[in-house]
Amino acid sequence: MRVLFKTDYNQDIKFAKHGGYVFWYALLLVAVFLAPVALDTYWVNELTRVLIYALAGLGLMVVTGFTGQVSLGHAAFMAIGAYTHAFLLTQGVPFVFSLPIAALTSGIVGLMIAIPASRMTGLYLTIASLAFAIVVEDLIIHWESVTGGNRGMAVDPPALFGYEIYAAWEYYYIVLVLLIISIALVLNILRSPLGRAMLAIRDSEISAQSLGIRLARTKVLAFFLSAIITGLAGGLFAHFIQFLSPETFGILLSIQLLLMIVVGGLGTVHGAIFGAFLIGLLEASISILKDWLPPAIGTQPGLEPGLFGLILVLFIIFEPEGVYGRWVKLRTFLESFPFYRRNTFKRQRSYLKTERMR
Amino acid sequence: MSFFEIENLSLSFGGVKAVDDASFSMDEGEVFTIVGPNGAGKSTIFNMISSFYAPSHGAIRFKGADITAARADEIARIGIARTFQNIELFEHSTVLQNLLIGREIHNRVPVLRQLIFDPGMRRAELAHRRKVEDVIDFLELAHYRDERIANLPYGVRKKIELGRALCVEPELLLLDEPASGLNPEETEDMGFWIDDIKNDLGISVLMIEHDMSLVNEVSDRVIALNNGRVIASGSAQEVQNHPDVVAAYLGGAA
Repeated sequence: MRVLFKTDYNQDIKFAKHGGYVFWYALLLVAVFLAPVALDTYWVNELTRVLIYALAGLGLMVVTGFTGQVSLGHAAFMAIGAYTHAFLLTQGVPFVFSLPIAALTSGIVGLMIAIPASRMTGLYLTIASLAFAIVVEDLIIHWESVTGGNRGMAVDPPALFGYEIYAAWEYYYIVLVLLIISIALVLNILRSPLGRAMLAIRDSEISAQSLGIRLARTKVLAFFLSAIITGLAGGLFAHFIQFLSPETFGILLSIQLLLMIVVGGLGTVHGAIFGAFLIGLLEASISILKDWLPPAIGTQPGLEPGLFGLILVLFIIFEPEGVYGRWVKLRTFLESFPFYRRNTFKRQRSYLKTERMR
Repeated sequence: MSFFEIENLSLSFGGVKAVDDASFSMDEGEVFTIVGPNGAGKSTIFNMISSFYAPSHGAIRFKGADITAARADEIARIGIARTFQNIELFEHSTVLQNLLIGREIHNRVPVLRQLIFDPGMRRAELAHRRKVEDVIDFLELAHYRDERIANLPYGVRKKIELGRALCVEPELLLLDEPASGLNPEETEDMGFWIDDIKNDLGISVLMIEHDMSLVNEVSDRVIALNNGRVIASGSAQEVQNHPDVVAAYLGGAA
């Protein structure tokens, strides 16, 4: 088991807490950068999808995992990012400008939603976000001059400074670099006062306020950042699917995003990434499974959402901390072998929380 | 002008008068204690000072300024920090992170720079950590620095909550039953710390407490509250022996 001797405050601040971090994350970086060399186009495409999901999940994690505001409307931010980006491209705006503008548009919509929403808590906020997603979906259907309505909208391939990108591996690198930058920014927030304020609000609004944290401002900022990141994922997703239609960004996608971060592990950056991989893997295996199953089951329209729901419920019951929580337990088991106690991670409530103010 | 005062403060919940025309004032550098039976309205007064409840009548003044209408998040900036009767820590964070949240009001770095985490931001962070480390030394919490709150026993949590309030660097500290749930030894320690907070850190303390040994040990002045009214004030001894206070606790013709 590793024991850290702390001699400098920077040790708590820097990302790599010890040499192990440097080694394993460097290895991971090499692996993801070399992946397109080793894999064929199909798998590079699948991997790109997973990375885009991870980016969208990272956005949702900011607001749901860190700030504790459960949103069922994040598909709408993806939609706003995707449609804005696609529309700007048709107007001749170059990719390098169009993508940030799309992300920012999504962020500003998030800001506008958050100002009233920051007055709501818990279930009410979730319902409001769901309503927002439905409104956005309707808007896309009816605003035909921009979105093409139900007929949908084709997306041009991305072009970087006049060079058009067609190959799967080229696009993979664009997504990968943007994901890494986003992760770094989110990690920066987490080690800053804003990130701590978000976690504080998640755990106890009342004491956060008594310490001088402005609830509304922090929640609005969380929504803003979250919508930017998810909008960015939306813009990237537009190129990936190459054809936008309203049902792509329906309620199922919102649930899928939420499922991702819960299954991955709420409240951690790892969780968003793990969750994306799991969901990506699940989608791939469901489509393989469909060929194997008897047609009566395999062609059922509700098969995918049904399975997603089942997995979500199972995780909430058996491993609320998600895949990442399971991983931490496994790692602790190995590190402290053979001294691991079964109750190491058992929560004990040694006292009652009575008279809590709401 | 007194350092801190409440004047004719009243609050009713429906037909229940939780606080009824209560007034008191405390001086700078004092440990001022409110005692009284359960339901006397002590915590309600604290919650009005913290602006969680708005009084239906009366005023709260701090250093001459009326803070009755201040928002809950402004109270800390004004210079008043508090602890809670039932411990409101951030359970999924470590002790260090909890204490750092106490530095919130001293943060001057704009969000964009927090995102980029430039060298200036890092310097600010280091300065906060140094301050927090002082509090960790003061309360002897070094042992628990990186533990998650969820894994810590009750007595330690009480100490951490006190520490978090100290990280705010307030002028006035509100302690809501600092000794509840502590064993006699821990209570004695708490007494020493309150003394140190007053004498070494120069922070005035307004405290609600039931444990009379602690009240006697640290209080400069005491008031007793019953049914939302102030029924006695003076030194700890005077209040304890006041016939109305005895009647309030034990019953009888008051």
